[in-house]
Amino acid sequence: MLKILKYSFYDLMRSRWSYVYFLFYLILGFVLLFLNNDVDKAVITLMNIIIVLTPLIGTIFGVMYYYNSKEFTELLLAQPINRRKIFMGQYFGISISLTLSLVLGLGIPFVFYGLFKSAAIFNFSLLLVVGAFLNFIFVALSYNIALSTENKIKGFGYAILMWLFLAVIYDGVFLISLIIFNSYPLDKFSLAATMFNPIDLSRILILLKLDISALLGYTGAVFRKFFGTNIGMFISMSLLVLWVVFPVLRMNLKLRKKDF
Amino acid sequence: MKCKILIFFLFISFTVSAKQIVVCKSCSVKTIKEAIKIAEDGDEVLIKKGVYKEQNIVIDKAISLIGEKGAVIDGNNEGGILIFQTNNFKIKGLKIVNVGLSYTIEYAAIKVIKGNDFIIEDCVMENVFFGILLEKSKRGIIRNNKISSNRKNEASSGNGIHIWSGEEMEVYKNEMFGLRDGIYFEFVKNSLVHDNVSHNNIRYGLHFMFSNNNTYHHNEFRNNGAGVAVMFSKFIIMHHNKFWLNWGAASYGLLLKEIYDAEIYDNLFEQNTIGINAEGSTRINYKNNTFLRNGWAIKISGACYKNVFAKNDFMSNSLDLSYNSNINDNKFDNNYWSEYTGYDLDKNGIGDVPYRPVKLFSYIVNKTPEALVLLRSLFVDIINFSEKVSPVFTPDDLMDNNPLMKRAND
Repeated sequence: MLKILKYSFYDLMRSRWSYVYFLFYLILGFVLLFLNNDVDKAVITLMNIIIVLTPLIGTIFGVMYYYNSKEFTELLLAQPINRRKIFMGQYFGISISLTLSLVLGLGIPFVFYGLFKSAAIFNFSLLLVVGAFLNFIFVALSYNIALSTENKIKGFGYAILMWLFLAVIYDGVFLISLIIFNSYPLDKFSLAATMFNPIDLSRILILLKLDISALLGYTGAVFRKFFGTNIGMFISMSLLVLWVVFPVLRMNLKLRKKDF
Repeated sequence: MKCKILIFFLFISFTVSAKQIVVCKSCSVKTIKEAIKIAEDGDEVLIKKGVYKEQNIVIDKAISLIGEKGAVIDGNNEGGILIFQTNNFKIKGLKIVNVGLSYTIEYAAIKVIKGNDFIIEDCVMENVFFGILLEKSKRGIIRNNKISSNRKNEASSGNGIHIWSGEEMEVYKNEMFGLRDGIYFEFVKNSLVHDNVSHNNIRYGLHFMFSNNNTYHHNEFRNNGAGVAVMFSKFIIMHHNKFWLNWGAASYGLLLKEIYDAEIYDNLFEQNTIGINAEGSTRINYKNNTFLRNGWAIKISGACYKNVFAKNDFMSNSLDLSYNSNINDNKFDNNYWSEYTGYDLDKNGIGDVPYRPVKLFSYIVNKTPEALVLLRSLFVDIINFSEKVSPVFTPDDLMDNNPLMKRAND
């Protein structure tokens, strides 16, 4: 598995897109800090970008890589190598290279602008951790889609649709249901609904640090307990881990039965 | 002339005849009550180091009560401690602890009834019910005191400095914590509150009720149950105060209710759930305030007319402004909004497109508070944008026509 991981990793590191992605974050970080000169505010803007963009890039990269390297994968499958190892190697190769682009791309400008002296260091590292999680989650989800769809175009379509659903539509449906069922107690429902969407989950995780004063404005006891103590942080972190574990497990199940 | 000379002689005779009474365990005068009994107007009672377990000490003579370092009056949790019913007195350097709790009587460490021209300074009060309680008094100075308690709920706790019906008071450089209200003004006129620190109180850091023509400035209010409340008062001036870390469902930096003609300037509101909550407040000028990382910078709940918000900095608040209706009679002009996305082509420092501080999302959160979990989501940004383009739910005339490009108060 390590050999395949290494191969995938180097393959991606050599590819143009990794550099483009890395440069994008690098420029973004410098521009944000150059325009603001305020690390706190830059972290907020960055959050908006990371939460939307990282999943999108993860999804597209995952699907693209699967379909592009399909022939090579089939060649590998002909060898006496465990299937699981091939695909896990590829999966971790993509996820790690994407995460590296993200962490280095954003980390370098922030370090230059005196992050270590700023109090925002914790917020910033949380942001990077969340970004890394989102990479792992969305690459896994897109690999699932690609494995289940033979047709390349269809696969791409489903992957983009999945991103669109989780990033935008889910929140829309969520908000509408909150408004419709206004007269019922909704605090448990609203917390549970955020748990079923990795993007919402990571958003909440960052909000816990950035906008805690606003989140405590709501009177519900469940909210207070969730946001007011470390429980919220702990629960959302462990759920993010589950969001990585389950798609990867499903991937392995699918692999076992799939006919290439 | 004759009169003046007479007063001069009287003054001389007073200072000459004034004597010092020393209270200590080994002195001839062993208790404070005894000392008060033998004292006359103008005397000084010096309390030496030691713990004096006394309650309900009534002082009806114009004396100075001075505590040596280490002098402690312990009320044993039974009733009030010092009760002044006189003018021209002074109390300094005492430590007063353990005031009794009552649900019917307002027991206080220092209570003043109908006293004028007095000074209360350098005292430390711990585990009190009420700290300093002034009734129907005038021209008092309260400074450098430290008042604290450790009560758990509103009903069983009292206020740090409670003034009921007073005039021309000056309260400064005090520290209050663990009380119900740090400072409570009820029917107080022409008074000054400055350089105090009021923190970790159960209810308000500072509370005004029916108190007109007062000023408070350079105070710090931190981590109180509900910040500072100014209610049913007129002509209050608030400036250079710092309101921060007031977190909770009903927590405000500053709560304004039924107040008229106030000036609020050069204050800092940082990380409060709600920076300013205004209800029924009219003709108030908000100038040069900084709102930094609050949940809601300003929440306007209704019946607020003819308020002017100018040259304020709104920096990284979760929501800048919340309105519960779409009628607006307040003016926003020349403020800096960190969320402003407009441009300044003529480089005059003022944005060329107006800024709308009320977002659709703040309207939704007013209706369905649970929607708060969707804060900063992409979908919310999209609906905010569409509302910005054509306002339907938010007041369409509510905008800052001249938003600043740079901070007004750096």
